[in-house]
This record gives sequence, structure tokens and C-alpha cells, in this order.
Amino acid sequence: MDYAFEAEGLVKRFGKTTALAGVDLAARSGTVLGVLGPNGAGKTTAIRILATLLRPDEGRAEVGGLDVVKRAAEVRRLIGLTGQYASVDEDLTARENLVLFGRLLDMGRATAGARADELLGRFGLADAASRRVSTYSGGMRRRLDLAAGMIGDPRIVFLDEPTTGLDPGKREDLWRTIRAMAAEGRTVLLTTQYLEEAEALADDITVIDHGRVIAHGTPAELKRIVGGLTIAVRSADPERAGVAAKVLRAVSGREPTATGGGTLTVPVDAAGALTEITQALDAASVEVAELSLRLPSLDEVFFALTGRHDEREESAA
Amino acid sequence: MTTDVREQTRPSIVNEPKRWRLARHSLALTGRELTKVRRNPGIFLDALFMPVMFLLLFVYLFGGAVAGSTGEYLRYLFPGIMVMTTVMAGLLATGMSINRDIKKGVFDRFRSMPIGRSAPLIGSVVADSARYVVTLVTLFAVGYLMGFRVETDLPSALAACGVAVALGFSLSWISVFVGVLIKEEAIVQTVAFLGIFPLAFGTSMVAPVETMPGWLRAWVDVNPVTHGVEAVRGLLVGGPVAGPVTATLLWSAGFLVVLVPLSVWAYQRRV
Repeated sequence: MDYAFEAEGLVKRFGKTTALAGVDLAARSGTVLGVLGPNGAGKTTAIRILATLLRPDEGRAEVGGLDVVKRAAEVRRLIGLTGQYASVDEDLTARENLVLFGRLLDMGRATAGARADELLGRFGLADAASRRVSTYSGGMRRRLDLAAGMIGDPRIVFLDEPTTGLDPGKREDLWRTIRAMAAEGRTVLLTTQYLEEAEALADDITVIDHGRVIAHGTPAELKRIVGGLTIAVRSADPERAGVAAKVLRAVSGREPTATGGGTLTVPVDAAGALTEITQALDAASVEVAELSLRLPSLDEVFFALTGRHDEREESAA
Repeated sequence: MTTDVREQTRPSIVNEPKRWRLARHSLALTGRELTKVRRNPGIFLDALFMPVMFLLLFVYLFGGAVAGSTGEYLRYLFPGIMVMTTVMAGLLATGMSINRDIKKGVFDRFRSMPIGRSAPLIGSVVADSARYVVTLVTLFAVGYLMGFRVETDLPSALAACGVAVALGFSLSWISVFVGVLIKEEAIVQTVAFLGIFPLAFGTSMVAPVETMPGWLRAWVDVNPVTHGVEAVRGLLVGGPVAGPVTATLLWSAGFLVVLVPLSVWAYQRRV
């Protein structure tokens, strides 16, 4: 297969702490790989190895077909990095930052200026271009940081928790930007602690925890691993809801839950249960306003894989 | 198999020749440093005003008592103040700015770019040189107004500046190292200040070593800054030169050899 980057058996220790205990990561060209895990899972370490900022203790990694240790200088020409903390200079203006990065990528003064203006416009920062970054809000800083990673028009982009600490509105904003970057055919590696973020952006998801890969697949595949399909039914006539509950109980052998708005949900073992339930409801002459087969949320996936609940409430602070 | 994407590497927007890349990158980063100094002159001005204040205070308050006349004392004190200036600039300005860069993640950005590893460092050294030049020119101007004259020649005076700057730069790595070890910037600054007192004042800067109690003499004799003071004094107003200059440069090299790898090691460990 055609991989933009590929890592095998990455191990990295810091003193006595093992940050990575043998991690494999790979993304096909032009896709978004989401690396999902709680704080301390090793996400940042993995991205830093791929971005040539750290050397792995064991294992190997290639970016664009180039070994990240032996050919680090060439790898740096292919990548754009956006760190967990805004990696721009706060004492400079946004434009000065971008021009500097352009100059460091061997652009002439005029080219670097034009490229900076183009990106500032695209990332909605044109009005704030000549303001010092220290006056920027969190969301603006993240956008500038993304723009900084895009200066060299890289084919491979590493985004380390690009939305951590942003409020939900700003996060949606940034998601659109990231989608646009991916739509241009770039390969994106995105680390996140937000399950919904991985689901919203990634083609494939690798879940890591304590320096190990605990699952890999498409968002849908991951949900299937955990099983736990749920059927949701809403009766058109609220008075018939009791009958609907009886039917669900009979077919699934489990107690249905009322989730509000007259909707009943019940876990089932296989998708085939949907047909059974449809037929049984029909036989009991319950007219159905809504009937759906739902996959579990990624939150549930994570819990099923690690036995722990997502800890972002505590760790994002 | 992974694809070799080198061919697609942004051919359209790279339009500078391959020659002089390190020099160009370093210069671009020097520009950044100087812009920063212009925007945040605080620490730089601290490192500039303090030595000038000390020079004025010591000469006019103690000069008569210590050396018989203020003019005579100025001749003794000025070289020491010059060294103190570069040591302070190094410990406070350079160290702190490198430290802040590392913490803010800007260094990560630089390190992930296809530029020489040494470019950011060279950039900050060149920018510092500009700062040192401004500081030393100011100091010489104040000294001149007070009546200080270089008694040797121009090359010696320039060499004196070079020795002082070399020492200041090598000592700046103390605050870089401390800064990497300690996260809190305020604490780093305190540590740098605490370091300044024994290093910059525990020397023959204000008074001859012979007048000091034994325990202090012991420290002053081993303090590398003392060699720097003696070297600069020799180069500006006459006296032994070869010995102190060699000692200063060896100490400076020693500090760099030990502290630079140590800082890099501590930095990589922390990340």
C-alpha cells in the first residue's frame, strides 16, 4: 500500500518512564490518521519522533519514504508541524512570524511576504496580521500555528492536539480548516484526546494508551469491535409505547431504556435484530415514527478498550 | 512501501540559491532577536543601566576612600565593570531569551524545519553581539565622560571587549541550563541573579585581592570572572595580559564544553 508515513515498533524511554512501548503507525497518502489517547498515552512523543524532534530508542519510522533518523534533514522539507503549544514567536506580529518561517524555507523576501499574506487571508487572520501574537486569543493563535505549519506547502502535516483548550465553537472552526487542508490531498496526522474530534476528522484511528496501540481501524470498524449495537424506536402514537417496549423486551431479551422524547433504546447482538423487531412491531400493530440501528459512541469504544473512562475533563484543564 | 515524495518538494516557492543557506538563516533569526529586543527592551536595559549605576556609585562614593582619588579608582574599577556588564548581559539577557524560546515551542518549530541546527544559536549569538556592542559603547562613553582613558592601544581595547564578551557568552549557558531544568521563569531569573553576585562581585573588580579576608580570597582566586577582570585590566590600562587572557578563554571554553551538551541533554530529557 501507498503510505505517506509509516512507523514500526517505536520505543522511547525518558529515564525510567516508558513513553512508547512499541507503537506502529501508518497513514495512506492523502488520508487523515487520528491518534487518539488520553494525556500521557505517548501521542506527543510519537509525533515528535515522526517530526524528527526526537530519536526513537528502538523501532524505525519513515516519512515520505525517508528514514526520520538517517535522513532527518530531508524529512524536514516534507513536513509541517503544529505543536501542542503555539510554536510561534509571541513578540513578533503574525506576519513577521510567517515571513521569518518562509525565509527559513529559502523563499525570497517578496515570495515569503506574498505567501504570508495568502495564508493570513486563508486562515482568517488578515485583519490581525500586524498585531503582536501576544495579543491573540487562543483560537487565533492556533490558526496562526496551523498557518505557520503550512508555509512550505507540505504534503504531510503533523497536528499535535490542535484544538486542546479551545471552546467548542472555536473547535468547529478549526475542524473546517483541517478538513480543507486534508481536502487538498495532504496527509494529516492528528493527535487528540477528543473522541468526537477523531471521529469528525479522521479516516483511520489508532487508539494508544500507556505507549501501546490498543486498537486501529476506521471509526466504524472501531465501533464494531466493541459490538454493542443499539436499536432505537419511537412509536408514532405515545399510547402504544408500552406495547413497543414489550416487543423490544421480547425480541432482545433485555430491558429497554426510555431516553426521552418517547424514544426507547435496547442493546442487540446483531444487526439482524432490526428485521425481527420491525416484523414484531408490525405484528403488534405499533406504528413507528423512528426506527434506527445505532453504533456506540467513541466514548463507549474507548471505555470498552481500556476499561477506563475518557479522562479529558481532568486533563484538559 | 512508502512513496518517495522528494520530487514534490515545494519546487515552486523555493527561490533562493542553495549557497549561503546557513548564513541567510542565521541572519533571518538575528533579525528576529533584534526585533524582540526592540519590543521588550526591559531586560536589555537592566543589563545596560546596572553597570552604569555601579560605575557612578562606586567611583564617586568609594573612589576617594578606596584609592585616594576618584580618577585613580575609575582607572582600577572600569575594566571590572566592563566584565560585569557582559557577564550580566549573558546571565540575564541571553540565557533568559534562549530559555523562553525553548519553552514557548518556537525552537520546536525551528528544529522541525530544514535549517542548520546551529542557525538559531548563531542567530542569537550574532544578535547578542549587537547588544554587547551597544552596551560596551555606552559604557565606554560614560567612562570617557568620567575621565577614563584607554592607556594601551585600539587593538588591545578591542581584544579587551572580545575577552569580556567571550566570558559573558559562555556564562550565559548557566542560565540556559538552569532555565531548562527549572520551569518557572521567575525562579530562573532569581537563580541567575544569585549567580551574578558571587561571580560578578567575588572578583578583584572593586578592590585588590590582597585586601580581602582569606576565605574570600580563596573564592576570588578560583572565580573565572577574576581572570576576565585581570585580562581586561591588562588590556586597557596595562599589566599582565597573556596569563589572564589564556585563563579566561580556557574557562570560557570549559563552560561551553560542559554546559552546552548538558543543556541539550536536559532539554531532550524534559520533552
